[in-house]
Amino acid sequence: MSLPTTPAVRSTVLHTARDELLEVVAGLRNDGYDMVIDLTAVDYVAHPGRTDLPEGVAGERFEVVVSLIHHRSRERARIRVQVPEEDPVVPSLFDLYPGTEAMEREVHDLYGVAFEGHPDPTRILMPEDWDGHPLRKDVAVGTIPVRFKNPAER
Amino acid sequence: MTDTTDRETTRPAASPEESTGDARVRRRDDGAVLRMSEADASVVAGGGYDPAKDVDEGQRMILNMGPSHPSTHGVLRLMLELEGETVLRSKPVIGYLHTGMEKTGEGLTYLQGPTNVTRMDYAAPLFCELAYSMAVESLLGIDVPPRATWIRMLMCELNRVSSHLLFQATNGMDLGAVSMMIFGWREREEVLRFFEMVTGLRMNHNYIRPGGVAADLPDGWEADLVRLLEIIPPRLDEYEVLLNNQPIFRDRLQGVGVINTAEALALSATGPILRATGYDWDLRRDEPYLAYDQVSFDVVVGAHGDSYDRYAIRLQEIRESLKIVEQVMELMPGGDYRNQDKKVTPPPRARINQSMEALIHHFKIFTEGFHVPPGEAYAAVESPRGELGCYLVSDGGPNPYRMHIRAPSFVNLQTLPHLMEGGFIADAVAVISSVDPIMGEVDR
Repeated sequence: MSLPTTPAVRSTVLHTARDELLEVVAGLRNDGYDMVIDLTAVDYVAHPGRTDLPEGVAGERFEVVVSLIHHRSRERARIRVQVPEEDPVVPSLFDLYPGTEAMEREVHDLYGVAFEGHPDPTRILMPEDWDGHPLRKDVAVGTIPVRFKNPAER
Repeated sequence: MTDTTDRETTRPAASPEESTGDARVRRRDDGAVLRMSEADASVVAGGGYDPAKDVDEGQRMILNMGPSHPSTHGVLRLMLELEGETVLRSKPVIGYLHTGMEKTGEGLTYLQGPTNVTRMDYAAPLFCELAYSMAVESLLGIDVPPRATWIRMLMCELNRVSSHLLFQATNGMDLGAVSMMIFGWREREEVLRFFEMVTGLRMNHNYIRPGGVAADLPDGWEADLVRLLEIIPPRLDEYEVLLNNQPIFRDRLQGVGVINTAEALALSATGPILRATGYDWDLRRDEPYLAYDQVSFDVVVGAHGDSYDRYAIRLQEIRESLKIVEQVMELMPGGDYRNQDKKVTPPPRARINQSMEALIHHFKIFTEGFHVPPGEAYAAVESPRGELGCYLVSDGGPNPYRMHIRAPSFVNLQTLPHLMEGGFIADAVAVISSVDPIMGEVDR
């Protein structure tokens, strides 16, 4: 299986489609990649003219970035998955690497990207009743006044 | 390792190949993680529960521990499902210190960035600055002068010492060894004094910056360092006398909070937690950055994966770090302490008065900031708590488009339910302490 790649320092960067993600990660796992070291996301909505995608990969609003590490051969791989705004759902890697649980919750919390098959899809950093996803680019900084006291107590 | 006695651990150590499957099954099915929302838990915990009616000893209860509990090292909250004194399942609840630092990072220039990330892991601030600076340098494609590399190494190893000393102090405090708390803080203060001399601050240094370091080492730094190297090793011997053979201390730690290699790998645990299981992995040796390939040191590994091993590894790592510091002192090269690319490094104050160009560069760097070519990069360093990585995306502007920190404490916290499962609630304190989470880094 040959996937589009982009050059990077000390790592292989692979681009894959959403529906192939589980297959690609399972393949890497069989190749000896022992650990998902990092899982995060980027919101590209404010960066329309990006040129860092290889041919054949169409940019979408969200990109989920998964970094894996192969301890024996000391190699790293980074998988970048494009996730459309209308349907921000990615298959969860929990069954392959349970260590992604907290990281997927974080991405879900801060970007609103859902992970299908995640055992605990709740917010992790923001309060449970929080509205919105703060790391999205259309959420501005400093628009919510800081409340030092509960209004009911005033 | 300083401990040679045989001891029983509740779970057998297994090779990664044969039991990753088990670890996964355990987690998905019965699991140690309490997968209950906070709202549900508060109903069970607080909603009309009357202990007088609870005559059945076998009944399970949900107990909230934290967020402000002295042993939780900040604002960690745990939801524990208990049967009597035994912890069945648990769930760490975090976010109490979430201040949106990754979002803040997107609004700061690359030069202002280190002031932000240094506040994440406040016990080992230099590592966050280092990872961030390395990611920026990788995007810029610039080199760092050798002297800056070695200064970074010196400061980071001393920071590892101070962070592990802090662990020794708080670990002792959590286990009731109060004198250890005072000793640990005392020695840490000696290291912080050196930091204050070099960087001007005890913590949150903003010392390592893209392109090099903020200032050269001051005159007479060797003398202070020699003093430090004389003070600390004998005190470490003292700790060993005080703690290693102390039966209560050993009983509280040995065989408590056991995790095997397969589980640690599956849960993405790094640093002393992974090494305590006997897995030999340290980025300084295995993916050398800075100049770690030019110094000699040992990677300390454990055997049992319990709290005692994690304690002993951290104590031993202080010695290894001091070994590196000694070598750095001998090998410290001369030359520049920061990159001389005028588009990246601000000019010295004196040049601004003489040169129009220097004035323009100064103005551009401090108002607009320098531009970084578009792209993405990930840089990782071995922090005292494990792999600390920085993922940066640039859109070609003067601020990072996305700045993500892979915080070791955040990921390592996932091991807590597995370390606590089946143990006593009294041991929960020892287990939290042995994971050594820094909440500033967990919540960011």
